[in-house]
Amino acid sequence: MSFERFEGLAALVPDEVITHSLVEDVPLPGGRGAMALITLDNGLDHSRPTTLGPATLIEFGRTLENLKDRARSGEISAVALTGKPYFLAAGADLSTVKSLKAAEQGRLMAELGHTAYNLLGSLGVPSFAFINGVALGGGLEIALAADYRTVSSSASGIGLPEAFIGLVPGWGGVYRLPRLTGPLAAVKVMIENPLSNNRTLDGRSAYEAGIADALFEPADFLERSVRWAADVLEDSSDVRDRRAALSQYDDGEWEAAAAAGRAFIEAKTSNAAPAPGKVVDLFEAARTRTRAESAAAECEALTELMLTPQFHDTVYAFLDLVQKRAKRPAGAPDKSLARPVTKVGVVGAGLMASQLALLFARQLSVPVVLTDIDQARVDKGVGWVHTEIDRMLGKKRLSPDKANRIKALVTGSVSKDAFADADFVIEAVFEELSVKKSVFAEVEQVVSPECVLATNTSSLSVAAMAEDLLHPERAVGFHFFNPVAAMPLLEIVKAPRTADEVLATAFAVGKQLKKNAVLVKDAPAFVVNRILGRMFGEITAAFDEGTDAATADRALRSLGLPMTPFKLLALVGLPVGQHVQESLHSAFGDRFYLSKNQQILIDAGKKGLWEQDDAGTDVVPEATLALLSFGSSPSSIEEVLRRTQDALADEIGRMLTEGVVAAPEDIDLCMILGAGWPMHLGGITPYLDRVGASARVNGNTFH
Amino acid sequence: MPTPATAARQQIRDVVFVDGVRTPFGKAGDKGIHAGTRADDLIVKCIRELMRRNPSLPPERIDDVAIAATTQTGDQGLTIGRTAALLSGLPRTVPGFAIDRMCAGAMTAVTTTASGIAFGAYDVVVAGGVEHMGHHPMGSGTDPNPRFLAERLVDPAALNMGNTAENLHDRFPAITKERADSYAVASQAKLAAAYGRKQIQPDLVPVAGRKPGSGWTVNQQDEPPRPGTTIEDLATLRTPFRPHGRVTAGNAAGLNDGATAALLASADAAAELGLPTKMRLVAYAFAGVEPEVMGIGPVPATEKALRQAGLTIDDIGLFEINEAFAVQVLSFLDHFGIADDDPRVNRYGGAIAVGHPLASSGVRLMTQLARQFEEDPQVRYGITTMCVGLGMGGTVIWENPHHADYSGNTTEDAA
Repeated sequence: MSFERFEGLAALVPDEVITHSLVEDVPLPGGRGAMALITLDNGLDHSRPTTLGPATLIEFGRTLENLKDRARSGEISAVALTGKPYFLAAGADLSTVKSLKAAEQGRLMAELGHTAYNLLGSLGVPSFAFINGVALGGGLEIALAADYRTVSSSASGIGLPEAFIGLVPGWGGVYRLPRLTGPLAAVKVMIENPLSNNRTLDGRSAYEAGIADALFEPADFLERSVRWAADVLEDSSDVRDRRAALSQYDDGEWEAAAAAGRAFIEAKTSNAAPAPGKVVDLFEAARTRTRAESAAAECEALTELMLTPQFHDTVYAFLDLVQKRAKRPAGAPDKSLARPVTKVGVVGAGLMASQLALLFARQLSVPVVLTDIDQARVDKGVGWVHTEIDRMLGKKRLSPDKANRIKALVTGSVSKDAFADADFVIEAVFEELSVKKSVFAEVEQVVSPECVLATNTSSLSVAAMAEDLLHPERAVGFHFFNPVAAMPLLEIVKAPRTADEVLATAFAVGKQLKKNAVLVKDAPAFVVNRILGRMFGEITAAFDEGTDAATADRALRSLGLPMTPFKLLALVGLPVGQHVQESLHSAFGDRFYLSKNQQILIDAGKKGLWEQDDAGTDVVPEATLALLSFGSSPSSIEEVLRRTQDALADEIGRMLTEGVVAAPEDIDLCMILGAGWPMHLGGITPYLDRVGASARVNGNTFH
Repeated sequence: MPTPATAARQQIRDVVFVDGVRTPFGKAGDKGIHAGTRADDLIVKCIRELMRRNPSLPPERIDDVAIAATTQTGDQGLTIGRTAALLSGLPRTVPGFAIDRMCAGAMTAVTTTASGIAFGAYDVVVAGGVEHMGHHPMGSGTDPNPRFLAERLVDPAALNMGNTAENLHDRFPAITKERADSYAVASQAKLAAAYGRKQIQPDLVPVAGRKPGSGWTVNQQDEPPRPGTTIEDLATLRTPFRPHGRVTAGNAAGLNDGATAALLASADAAAELGLPTKMRLVAYAFAGVEPEVMGIGPVPATEKALRQAGLTIDDIGLFEINEAFAVQVLSFLDHFGIADDDPRVNRYGGAIAVGHPLASSGVRLMTQLARQFEEDPQVRYGITTMCVGLGMGGTVIWENPHHADYSGNTTEDAA
């Protein structure tokens, strides 16, 4: 066998960071000969994960060919592989894979993996993988191709995230995993975890699932693994017994697992991206296929998927945005300008304010004072925080000492005098400019001239709020998304007079709160709510014009958004949604449609358009329909979809012209982190380019 | 009126050596097998191996972890006994502390905790030592008081161990370079033979290591030994401490990285927990000598320990004496009238061959003596002894539980 035919592939990506296969011969205890131990190492420290590109896999394959010769001549009695500290391998080098533009190149890349990995099963001596750390995608499949595996109890990041990335575990994972763990666990690893915020396994759960045959603690993981391997060479019956017990299944179970996988994909993604379904197809067929048959189908699927825009947009969203841009916010001032924050004030003690108090106390570990107009409200707010802390204590997410500490940090007062020594005061009172202005004015009486005044407003002008302050340069927008604890986005709003020190402090606090901050201009509704508002406008307009609810609400199904527009409106609360829409309408006029029917629903006290009937099906009750009025120009699904695409392209084009954010990348980052829009859309702008909306509306594309 | 309580009075209890292990010793320096491994990780691997080898010992029953290191900074700092306990995964309820008596660190860890066991403060302890001389070159970071020089308290040359070995040759002209070299050749040969008989390997803990640009390996044997060394090889070596001197790299221990650890228990606790008794502690003593001839330290220390035990040198059937320098061993043998090649002395060879990672060596001597006791039940008593920098010596006398007349458990008698 030879790897020559893959060399052209390596030449296509000269910049690959090559992970070398470093071989050392380790004498096995008990006179059982020598083990050739391969360390996968890219020569860089732990901040640069080990990845697998063409040159890496060619070197790995050739190393195995050489070891096969040595095994034949009796020089070695086993082969094992492990990684540099913290990594076995973090999977295929995505930027390399993304750069392979032609189908033939993709196919070669797929075949290269199989050619190299399959050698692990045909060396003539047993092969072992010692999973010392991260083993993702191709990095886990390399271990699955070995005969035996150990895993470190400190390893984390073990999984097959291909369905999330837009590919399939097509280097044998889809075939080998279910045969080790049983079909149900395999579908969890290949489908449920990737589609649940790309969750992964730790060492212990990987061992328990059957991915590894033995679990060792990190302090002497490699020493124990080598010792264990020597024992297995002597007698592998324990391993075989354990595997037999873990991988027991019948055909029905395999089919049920496939069906469960499909249902999960439908619920999570509306089948908007091709990869997850393809994973289940391959998994289902793998039951009766030979490994070679499955390998051919896997290569076919990889070749096809590598060319899909969904894959490329996901890599953009995941690597370029979430992993890189989110960590270095565009336009943020120099970090060294940030001022320390040793005490925080929260104006208001309602639900939003209480959530903010909890977040600040937990993440900043500084005193947080809530204020409100009367003691009852204050007590309720502080009480809510304490109850939440007790809940976390009950779930053991906090230790008793830590819970005591956080509780003691959160206090309440009816007097803003309690803010006197605060460095950062955030208001979360009613969305009414005059109310917010008077709150700021009151706070300014009490606090030091340097104290930052932040507002969690979702739609009001920060500049207007600050204009009567003695120090307007201290005001900054600090816009969270609900639920505060779960949503990673923080829109930081720079008003024209906001000082750099204030902005830097806001970014530093955002980072301490473990949020991803994006710098936005002081423009109505900032980014996420403005784009959602434009979308709501189009859908509600189509509905009011006479399009039936199902058609209007499901028109965006092909985008795979986490929720349909009407359901999202119900979740946000119809009055809140309408309030934002009103402010957008008053700022921008008719391009933000203000739905009369929505107002009717609000007036009638309805929580949302859809209600569930006795069978649990979503329906719009006749009684509701009777309240509403409709025009006579219904649209088709295609028409609603297209007008929404065009509206989004139009609005985003305007936002970029206005300079609301620095670049379309920030729009996409906001929609991914603040609205949960799918990565396979690239957030939104790559999708709008792809479907032609950008060109139709703006005459050019965003990217 | 309640009677005021009266505290219980402690009775002296027997202390037994349960088990001992060590890492392979490495050469200090960038190319050594442990160059890329932390000192604290070396000791942690020993402690974990002890726990695995003695599964009947519940980890929470360990009452203290005493770990010696000569240089107590960096990866040997932060109270290494406590950090090692935590890093080994012992329960947080197990305390630990750090010990320093230079070369006799591990020996002092054993004697100090053994005293605690005898007094009743402990039932079971871990005692050991570590020295990563690659990470902590001898004397680095020290700041000798200028009074040593100004008041002629200690000849500054005595801070260099090689000089003290040359001084010892001066004091005992009968110990020639040729005798020292012959002794060293024998040490290498005895170690090689012990390796051949697999007397060393069972107590070694494998240690993974990774050199820059290479992959992981697992080190399972000592790096310093030079089997096959001849007198002729040694004759050509430089004498770095004096022109035309006698001390060379060949008849002295090298600069090494390594760790050792032992389990000690009261005889009662060992019986209760089903732990083996490999040796019983009989007596121990430390003694001071002139720092300029620190190598003579084992002589007064041994005399003192023998006196305490009521034994004479003739009662000792096995000697494990640390070979910091051949001259220092020979001065001890000459003093007690023992031949250079007496078969009771260092049967597995010594530090000249295997290496001497300062504070770890004491437990290596004990582990080897324990194995020799088991091999040789005719021997009733043995000693482990070593010289110590700045002019000291330490000696521990042990009894062989495999001997027909083994004295057994004294606390039983008391009860």
